[in-house]
Amino acid sequence: MANVIRRQTPLARLGRMALYATLILAALFYLLPLVVMLLTSIKPLEEIRAGSLLALPLAPTLEPWAKAWGEACTGMRCEGIGGYFWNSFAIVIPAVLISTLIGALNGYALTQWRFKGSELLFALMLFGCFIPFQVVLLPMAQTLGWLGLASSRAGLILVHVVFGIAFTTLFFRNFYVAVPRELVAAAKLDGAGFFRIFWRILLPVSAPILVVSVIWQFTQIWNDFLFGVAFSGHDTQPVTVALNNLVNTSTGVKEYNVDMAAAMIAALPTLVVYVLAGKYFVRGLTAGSVKG
Amino acid sequence: MPLSLSTSREVGRPAAARPTPAARLQAWLPRLVLAPSAAVSLCFVYGFMLWTFVLSLTNSRMLPSYDFVGFAQYARLMANDRWWVASTNLVLFGGLFIAICLVLGALLAILLDQRIRQEGALRTLYLYPMALSFIVTGVAWKWLLNPSLGLEAMVRGWGFEGFRFDWLVNPDMAVYTLVIAAVWQASGFVMALFLAGLRGIDDSIIKAAQLDGASLPRIYWRVVLPCLRPVVFSAVMILAHIAIKSFDLVVALTGGGPGYASDLPATFMYAHAFNRAQIGLGSASAMLMLGGVLAILVPYLYSELRSRKHG
Repeated sequence: MANVIRRQTPLARLGRMALYATLILAALFYLLPLVVMLLTSIKPLEEIRAGSLLALPLAPTLEPWAKAWGEACTGMRCEGIGGYFWNSFAIVIPAVLISTLIGALNGYALTQWRFKGSELLFALMLFGCFIPFQVVLLPMAQTLGWLGLASSRAGLILVHVVFGIAFTTLFFRNFYVAVPRELVAAAKLDGAGFFRIFWRILLPVSAPILVVSVIWQFTQIWNDFLFGVAFSGHDTQPVTVALNNLVNTSTGVKEYNVDMAAAMIAALPTLVVYVLAGKYFVRGLTAGSVKG
Repeated sequence: MPLSLSTSREVGRPAAARPTPAARLQAWLPRLVLAPSAAVSLCFVYGFMLWTFVLSLTNSRMLPSYDFVGFAQYARLMANDRWWVASTNLVLFGGLFIAICLVLGALLAILLDQRIRQEGALRTLYLYPMALSFIVTGVAWKWLLNPSLGLEAMVRGWGFEGFRFDWLVNPDMAVYTLVIAAVWQASGFVMALFLAGLRGIDDSIIKAAQLDGASLPRIYWRVVLPCLRPVVFSAVMILAHIAIKSFDLVVALTGGGPGYASDLPATFMYAHAFNRAQIGLGSASAMLMLGGVLAILVPYLYSELRSRKHG
């Protein structure tokens, strides 16, 4: 239906051009930091000091990347952020899988097997999405100590699972609420049990929400800094903490190109996820906020 | 008991009146599955909140102690200059951050809604910062705002010798650098929220207004934006939430400095509880942060529930 009245007067054409100009200007604003980061990360130090922020590198080099990965100092050690990059994966992957699985089962139980008080239970759990984590930091530190998990990867995984469940449960609950209950009721009459129904009926239709949940949790946990800095040890730091240490380590000359390369390395996994699955990323962000 | 079990096996099917253990287990299974999560949320969310509250009533310093001093830590907090700087900064930062994100997000969404070519690509560009860690954002902007080598130097290099943009090292302006970086990161997200809202509005309303001869800006201001009230509402809630929790951005961009000029409550809490051996005071500040979140959340949830009942 192209019945929006559009007059092609010169004035309208000018307006159209202004519109595109504004949009492109905005795009440049969002792109600027990434472009500058990338350019700085492949310039030698002399060029950084002499040239402008946006100047193209005259002698592009990947040395800053290599240094950021394997040699740069993060606090007392000078082993780069490569090890911490893998640390982050070692924390993120189990935490994402466990919290998504628990969230899926919770959402299923809360929607298809309602019982007295299940809505109240959901409301109580949902509150975990909103608390400022500062309010649990100190007790958590002490509890991790009691459990013998202080400064360990397992401890960080536990923390991320515990505070991720609220979100994953919300995702799956809101998704499964739309699955017709007659379907599950029929399966119950046929004698199928709780897990069988989940496996055979709910899980096969869950692909979209699984992707949303995995991406949301991956981004959240990868980007986490607060838990990482509060509960990790020297060997178990996630990459965000290592990046912050690297940037704030002041030994000798400040190597901006290495800082930027390290920032790019820390940013790459979530950027890749965003580029590959942006649609689902947006859906996770808006889940529950637009629908209310 | 074993006897009755064997007879039931002989009969071949259990009496309908009495559920078998297996059936009873099935009936309880949903509750059993939810139990661990409920227990975890009870302990780790509600229990820990209570625990932090208890700590805030003690004179804990380096280690938690349980010598109760009543609300003395809250009184100390109220008398603490750094806390007031942090709280004032939060109001400034939060207010500006929310306002600019809303205006920019709404504007970009409306502009993008004009049948733009390459809309998808532009949307992707506007939104990608949201995928980054606030630490990465902070590191990137710290470099851009570096007075001697960043944007200031670049503009001077273009010939504007008198150009000054040293907010990062200026105690009066450092908090605004947080606004810039946070807006950069989150405004695309607000745009996505508004765009989704705009796409949900019935075209016929706009067409009717157009036939009445209303101009496009007027239509948006008087007809479309009022329809987007719920979007504004949720955006404000999410942004306020981000603002109160802002910790990583401050750490990476300004480090709370110069001095403590750009401290926020989140960094205040962390510094006192973990670095300055002031667990009692840190706990008190954490409780006030929780109070801040509740003050935003409760009215929101209340109106949500009410509108759901009426709608």
